[in-house]
Amino acid sequence: MRPPRNFYAQTFKRDAGMLSRVADSLYWMGRYLERAEHTSRLLDVELQLWLDQSPELGAGRWRFLLDALRAPAAPGPVDPTRLPNTLVFSRSNASSIVSCVASARENLRHVREQCSTRMWEQLNRLYLDVIERRPEEEWILRSHDFFLFVLEGAYLFHGITDATMSHGEGWQFIQLGRYVERADTLTTLLETHFHRVTSNFESPVEGAEYLEWVGLLGGCVALEAYCKAHTAEIRPLRVAEFLLLNPEFPHSIRFAVDRVNAALHLIGDLTQRSGKLPTRIAGRLRAQLSFSQIEEIMAEGMHTYLQNVREECAEIHSAIHEIYFDYSIEAELAS
Amino acid sequence: MTASAVPSRIHLPPSFVNYQTDNAYDEMFASPGVPRDHYRALHQTLLKLPPEELRRSQQAADLAFLHEGITFTVYGSKEGTERIFPNDLLPRIITAREWAKIEKGLAQRLTALNLFLRDIYHEGRILADKIIPRDLLYSCKHFRREMRGLNVPRDIYVSVCGTDLIRLPDGAFAVLEDNLRVPSGVSYMVANRKVLKRVFPTLFRDYGVWPIDHYPRDLLATLRTLAPLNTQYRQDPTTVLLTPGVSNSAYFEHTFLAQQMGIELVEGRDLLAHDNVVYMRTTAGLRRVDVIYRRVDDDFLDPLCFRPDSTLGVPGLFNAYRAGNVTLANAIGTGVADDKAIYAYVPEIIRYYLNEDVILPNVPTFLLSDETHRQHVLANLQTMVVKAVGESGGYGMLIGPQSTAQQREEFRARVLADPRNYIAQPTLALSCAPCLIDGSVESRHIDLRPYILMGEKVTLVPGGLTRVALRKGSLVVNSSQGGGSKDTWVLRDGTGEELLEEVRKELTPFASDPAHPITPLPRTV
Repeated sequence: MRPPRNFYAQTFKRDAGMLSRVADSLYWMGRYLERAEHTSRLLDVELQLWLDQSPELGAGRWRFLLDALRAPAAPGPVDPTRLPNTLVFSRSNASSIVSCVASARENLRHVREQCSTRMWEQLNRLYLDVIERRPEEEWILRSHDFFLFVLEGAYLFHGITDATMSHGEGWQFIQLGRYVERADTLTTLLETHFHRVTSNFESPVEGAEYLEWVGLLGGCVALEAYCKAHTAEIRPLRVAEFLLLNPEFPHSIRFAVDRVNAALHLIGDLTQRSGKLPTRIAGRLRAQLSFSQIEEIMAEGMHTYLQNVREECAEIHSAIHEIYFDYSIEAELAS
Repeated sequence: MTASAVPSRIHLPPSFVNYQTDNAYDEMFASPGVPRDHYRALHQTLLKLPPEELRRSQQAADLAFLHEGITFTVYGSKEGTERIFPNDLLPRIITAREWAKIEKGLAQRLTALNLFLRDIYHEGRILADKIIPRDLLYSCKHFRREMRGLNVPRDIYVSVCGTDLIRLPDGAFAVLEDNLRVPSGVSYMVANRKVLKRVFPTLFRDYGVWPIDHYPRDLLATLRTLAPLNTQYRQDPTTVLLTPGVSNSAYFEHTFLAQQMGIELVEGRDLLAHDNVVYMRTTAGLRRVDVIYRRVDDDFLDPLCFRPDSTLGVPGLFNAYRAGNVTLANAIGTGVADDKAIYAYVPEIIRYYLNEDVILPNVPTFLLSDETHRQHVLANLQTMVVKAVGESGGYGMLIGPQSTAQQREEFRARVLADPRNYIAQPTLALSCAPCLIDGSVESRHIDLRPYILMGEKVTLVPGGLTRVALRKGSLVVNSSQGGGSKDTWVLRDGTGEELLEEVRKELTPFASDPAHPITPLPRTV
């Protein structure tokens, strides 16, 4: 039997709500760590692909990569040897891997008493390691180990978090940050990809184009899962469906939005704010993704659809901020 | 007490070859090689353990501190620089009889100081009766005019206090200074115990030591009894710990206490005052706050009332406090009573308010604002310790016997320029206790900081922080000046224990003096 809606809030929690500052820090920690993970994965896959491709084709892909990560880039041809500086080590780019890990750690440092000791140790260790790395000569060719280290460090952190922290409001805020970020970065990635690659969506792809689609799946760690569902024959329509609408695969947009929705519902219950704005927007987006069909989306225009999803994600973020972290004191006092 | 100025190395087993005694009271040895009764078991254990084993135990303990993150932040260094607070493995042992006297003496002292604070912020009887000169009191750096006529719950100003005791060469305890503002170090007391129980389990059990782990619970209970009287929140008051933030040197202690008490650790920006009520901003909306255990100094609490450049505080907090809607522990303005010049008057304060003899004496203190005292001190600077009245943490002081002629000249000039700002005390030989230095047992100077809580009643956890001057021959125990700490064991031994229970019965609830009722001011609306 399912417990009633407010069961947890009523039974176990003495006071509703945690400090807004603490929730804010946990949320951002989740976001930054997810961003570091995403960038590492994408770069890793791209560098592998780079080895397989002709130089002309490769140059186009770097531009695409920068766009997919929304990284700042000067116009003109991209010099791949300079990429590690911007995307991995730069401290002036707030979205570089090192910056993201540092920001995640800094957010956790301010709320250390809220997390378990093991969580702090793990994130601190990851941080201490990545800030020591330097972009040496030909680093780009031996970068696989580095990306793997970041990815495993993040996986380990999430594992420790799940195993040692109460799955209460604080944990939910970490999940919220993680999946809002994931939905957002995945949408951007798909948008950039569909903007660039204009294949025939119905038939299987071949040759150079094949690599593009494999790259996309790889960047979402989805290649194996996709093959399992649809065999190694790559049809763009199926790929789009898989990454956008699959309810079971952790790196699909629908999956991420489902998690955002679930976290928001639990937080809403715990804080007695279930009917508020973030829950409504997330619920609407979730319903849309649950009941859409890929053919309809294609007919309507993939680009418009993804743009809409991205805007909704941004709205969810602002709504969380407005309802939980930085609400108007006047309105709160009046109620 | 056997004292010998000549270092004695005779008859000493391997671990003790470097153990030197001087004219200070030695906690372990009654005479060279002969331990006091309550130290005999520890002495035996140390004789049996080879130096290698001792060194290994110390390393294990240091590692435990590092892993648990029991650290303090070093100011002036790079972001996140944390150091472990050096811990010495050998426990300092106090008999129940000795402790009973300490407990009684400290309760007496804190009761009197609270009455004193209430008096000076209300009628000022002690000033009218000319026990304390007005100019001395009003020139205290931490006297807060804003507190005049303000009533605090239960008339308790100081609810959390850490008093520094030293043992004089004759074996008697004396008070070196009171810390009535935001005393720190209690987390190290709890942490030391946790580690030591792991290192010496059998010895610990055989000794029969009073537990101290309940300090956070006692602290919370004390804070709750201070909840504002005028609200319905009394049953379950919301209590928070206010920290200056992650870069404060005691941040570890703040997180430790908040976690152990199960209360929110807040920063100034988490709180807001509206209509004289303090709220904290939570994800479920604003929640009213009733009691604030603040670890932020007076100056930084409210930019509207105190330092306007403070970003650590809460604008409007003082008005809410004044309106009686929130309690601050400790109250504002308690620093006046631990001013080193007021310290000299504490025995008279005790006699004045309680009409009792002083149980724990002061150390002799000369006020340099006094003409005859000043002449005496300046003539004997090389034997004196001179301290600035408003300073703490071992800063701004001159230790006569260890100073150069030039330093003494410098201090003479400073004293003459501002005599009110300085006091002097004869250089006291703090008692010595065995410490583990590099695998061998050596003697180092120590003091003792017990923590006293005052709410509905006075509570002391049996023990405290024994601070150690780890540098050989040094008399300065502050952590910022190369000090460390060790665990303090108060024994549950026979007659002493009964004595302690009797003392505890006498620690009556603190109540305002009905003969001198205080007229409350109208509440601010």
